[in-house]
Amino acid sequence: MFQVRIHGRGGQGVVTATELLSVAAFREGRHAQAFPSFGSERTGAPVVAFCRIDDRPIRLREPILAPDALIIQDPTLLHQVDVFGGLAKDGYILINTSRSFEELGLGDFIAGFRRERLCTVPATELALKHVGRAVPNAALLAGFAAVSGRISLESVIAAIREKFPKKVAEGNVAAANAAHAFVVEEMQEAARAKAG
Amino acid sequence: MLKQVEGSAAVAEAVALCRPEVICAYPISPQTHIVEALGRMVSGGQLAPCEFINVESEFAAMSVAIGASAAGARSYTATASQGLLFMAEAVYNAAGLGLPIVMTVANRAIGAPINIWNDHTDALSQRDCGWIQLFAEDNQEALDLHIQAFRLGEELSLPVMVCMDGFILTHAYERVDLPTQAQVDAFLPTYEPRQVLDPADPVSIGAMVGPEAFMEVRCLAHAKQRQALELIPAWADEFRSIFGRDSGGLTHTYRLDDAETVVVALGSVLGTIKDTVDEMRERGEKVGVLGITCFRPWPSAAVRAALSQAKRIVVIEKSLAVGMGGIVSNNVSASFAGSPDLVHTVIAGLGGRAITRRSLQKVFEEAIAGRLDGLTFLDLDHAMVERVLTREREQRRTGPIAEAILRDIGVVAAKIG
Repeated sequence: MFQVRIHGRGGQGVVTATELLSVAAFREGRHAQAFPSFGSERTGAPVVAFCRIDDRPIRLREPILAPDALIIQDPTLLHQVDVFGGLAKDGYILINTSRSFEELGLGDFIAGFRRERLCTVPATELALKHVGRAVPNAALLAGFAAVSGRISLESVIAAIREKFPKKVAEGNVAAANAAHAFVVEEMQEAARAKAG
Repeated sequence: MLKQVEGSAAVAEAVALCRPEVICAYPISPQTHIVEALGRMVSGGQLAPCEFINVESEFAAMSVAIGASAAGARSYTATASQGLLFMAEAVYNAAGLGLPIVMTVANRAIGAPINIWNDHTDALSQRDCGWIQLFAEDNQEALDLHIQAFRLGEELSLPVMVCMDGFILTHAYERVDLPTQAQVDAFLPTYEPRQVLDPADPVSIGAMVGPEAFMEVRCLAHAKQRQALELIPAWADEFRSIFGRDSGGLTHTYRLDDAETVVVALGSVLGTIKDTVDEMRERGEKVGVLGITCFRPWPSAAVRAALSQAKRIVVIEKSLAVGMGGIVSNNVSASFAGSPDLVHTVIAGLGGRAITRRSLQKVFEEAIAGRLDGLTFLDLDHAMVERVLTREREQRRTGPIAEAILRDIGVVAAKIG
């Protein structure tokens, strides 16, 4: 079983992101379970949502306490909520930011992590450009597809088109493509730096 | 057809396939997505002929359902929590009048303190109202139970509540197999009411009944519920033959052969319990599971048979009979031939507290080791409770309890578990 936890704020499409991820996994023939942690649903309040992916039916209903991957939609949560709780050193971290892990003050924290599994993507900027609203969720899922290889970009795009009306979907697809390309480039750069 | 959808959407599609003629509802979380989806189907013309009636309260919702059902229409509504309590008087009337309304209860806690999260207090508060009560383990079963509920209710002229865990199921996206219209039509015949308000053939429904006949009417309601105990397993078999899967029935058992410790529960927590039991079985612990799908009528014979070899029983329940203990465990004890001392009540998940494998495993191991009390609150902060009790012993004007506890623990921002 592969478990993804997404942190963000009310209005950023955190719950929708896990739903999209579950639809993308379903389209690849996997079993998937997406569910939010329900709180007072206020714009701007911290929100967390979960997605489990497996090759067999998923019965477990507890929150994801030990995620394999974390997607952080809002970096202002880093020092407010225990977003990294339960994440193992071989886990994936994807943060919506134009800054680096070091610039976010996470340099010490990520020591011991597998660097190729950590990445950042300016998803809000990409969403503003392509969707016209600060909804980074679809772009982040495409970034997650790039960094983890656990889901294909095509499935993420198909899920976006299934979930949203055409116009909104196409904006999100453009943001997703851009985010995917950004992360692929970021990974290649890191690989070149390592090799060099 | 396999689909990855929200539980509420799956239930709405299943209800629509049952061809309801009147849907009335008042929105309340976590039920709202179901009736919103049905409302869109009616206004969009996909669900026709069907009238969707907006009402001003839950009391009105059940009253409209009663009127519609008495006029011979297949009637559906949904509610949760305070909404169920607000309609309680009409809920009893629907059962007493023998009107086969189907209602989804998206299980949620009851205030005060106000709490929108899941537990079973709402549905269990209505356990003696005369409705059949079915509990879904996952979203597939939730949608399947609605199809079975219409047939069961209409055959017996009894209303049926389909209970599904609020948020945990209603808001979860998971894979479901949505049946075809032909399959549902093959299973669910056209509604032939035993009583109907028809101007061409007038009758009174709802007469006052005095001491000379009230007991008999009540006894007949009991007799009908006991008939459901025969019909439910038979129709689960028929359902399997048409839809190709096991859904419904009175109870589900899991790894019960040779089990010395049997865990009993209702609803979606059964999934987490089964995963916990698998882990314990790998270590050689003889643990099994009895899931109660049909809570009313209480399937006493099936429960008795399932527990016949048990050396100890742990009932995990998301409700509390305040001043007494467990509700489900009380029913279980009545159907267990062994000593009631062997039945442990574990109150868990009240007001949406997460029920984890780790906590379940600990409590099952304590039961096996003979260290589990008769009544346990899972993952309770005992110090917090003790602090309030101490304060109340020491001072008179201690103020409201819930607010004092919130002050003690501070603000919990987006706690993960």
